Amino acid sequence: MDGQTKKIQEDAIVRVQDMSYDYYEYPEEGQEPVATRAVDDVSLEIRQGEFVAILGHNGSGKSTLAKHLNALLLPSEGSVTITGFDTTDDSHLWDIRQNAGMVFQNPDNQIIASVVEEDVGFGPENIGVPTDEIWTRVAEALEKTGMIAYREHSPNKLSGGQKQRVAIAGVMAMKPKCIILDEPTAMLDPNGRKEVIHAVRELNKKEGVTVILITHYMEEVIRADRIYVMDQGHLVMKGTPREIFSQVDRLKELRLDVPQVTQVAHELRKDGVDLPEGILTRKELVKEICRIAGITRTKPEREGTAANPDEVTVIQDRKR
Amino acid sequence: MDKDLTIGQYYPADSAIHALDPRTKLIATLIYIISLFIFDNWGYVLGIAFLAAVIIISKVPFSYMLKGLKSIAFILILTMLFNLFLTPGTVLWQAGVFHITREGLKMAIELGIRLVALILGASIMTLTTTPNKLTDGMESLFGPLKVFHVPVHEIAMMMSIALRFIPILMEETDKIKKAQMARGADFESGNLFVRAKAMVPLLVPLFVSAFRRANDLAMAMEARCYHGGEGRTQMKPLHYHGNDVAAFVIICAYLAAAITMHAIAGW
Repeated sequence: MDGQTKKIQEDAIVRVQDMSYDYYEYPEEGQEPVATRAVDDVSLEIRQGEFVAILGHNGSGKSTLAKHLNALLLPSEGSVTITGFDTTDDSHLWDIRQNAGMVFQNPDNQIIASVVEEDVGFGPENIGVPTDEIWTRVAEALEKTGMIAYREHSPNKLSGGQKQRVAIAGVMAMKPKCIILDEPTAMLDPNGRKEVIHAVRELNKKEGVTVILITHYMEEVIRADRIYVMDQGHLVMKGTPREIFSQVDRLKELRLDVPQVTQVAHELRKDGVDLPEGILTRKELVKEICRIAGITRTKPEREGTAANPDEVTVIQDRKR
Repeated sequence: MDKDLTIGQYYPADSAIHALDPRTKLIATLIYIISLFIFDNWGYVLGIAFLAAVIIISKVPFSYMLKGLKSIAFILILTMLFNLFLTPGTVLWQAGVFHITREGLKMAIELGIRLVALILGASIMTLTTTPNKLTDGMESLFGPLKVFHVPVHEIAMMMSIALRFIPILMEETDKIKKAQMARGADFESGNLFVRAKAMVPLLVPLFVSAFRRANDLAMAMEARCYHGGEGRTQMKPLHYHGNDVAAFVIICAYLAAAITMHAIAGW
């Protein structure tokens, strides 16, 4: 797993303490506003270099939480500290936003310029980076996200996945310590989704950038270091992917899906097959099934390879 | 770069005019327009000769430029007709209430030439400059107005964002239109008023979506540390080069020639 090769530092880069956030609705002119608690008493800590996923159904408060990590929203109660700066401290606002870059859901609504490279340069321009350095940073950031070939293109001509990679490059050009991705793949097709998640994972592994991925696609989080699950404003589960996905029934209660493989393993287990909980990849499932069937594999199994039909027959025999 | 942008009508080519700094082109266009109002009689020959030279250097096909004139043809003809028939003076031709005077004829011809030269001169600028550069150039030229608290940077930023979103909103209009047509909306039949009314179900969702986009974009810009023009550096700052100096010399020589000819020979 990625966690073993990566360097994760001890000190927390993001610290959220007993944070709550109310938003107000104004039903009619002159009436008292109605407060709705979007995030309720959430505490979490994220360390430099980690890949953390925040899961939750629609309206679980996960996007609201994400906006706090960039000081776009300020907590009603409790505190949020990013790289040592309290988000309520106005004098460090730009430090926070530079250190905690944010990528949003809709790729069209976050690209500012009509040329890819100019958009990537937008962030560095805002923080007053000298012209020459902007150019090196833009080239580097586009290189890292694999978009360098498109530097002079118009964003309108790119696919959704490519646009999101441009948006990620735009954040990377500001040299942030951590990137917060607020459902970056929600509007993309499966290929675009893969592209974006791959780019993010590379940045985390190679550049050591802390990644906070907010999503409701389970397949994207199985390689995260840690997962937080939110529901109705509360933090309801936390742990490694394996720990989280061991609790299939609990996740179902929270209206969350589990990866397909985990689902299959869970159903088999319920039917009496001796499988452990929390199987995350096809490779693991195949290995476990082989163990039960008493087959030891000699040739290395590649990820994504379909199970051998013979082995499937073995399982069916046992069940009968 | 911006070939696919519908407004601004940038014509990509590799010419000396394209290579000029946008500020040079803006100032030169202004000088040229002023020169057109100096001339009286023969001066227009000088003005048109100068324009023709610039068009040839710019490598923009003349037929392409004429397309721009089509849209103003109606106004042009109308203005010329008004001047032709309504200017008092020596009557050359009369039929009922209509009469053409010598002064009117001269005025109409002059005005026609002046307007055509003016439009062509200005379109040379938009055809050879990308909208982005034009915005940058304007921001830089109007920079001194900041002293009077004119939000120059903000206006330029708004213009460039508008340019970025035109294709997106066009696509969206198309999508909404098709969606409404699929549900039985009729955009094509009826008189002007009926058709204008039919646009409502198109415009309402478009506006709602545009506001939502604006909101998202504002948040994304803030998240990327945007806080106005203060303390901001530029990725592509504008620099004058040797060719800009040459262009300034040429346009100033042209203006000087125009003034001299007007003063001495009454052109």
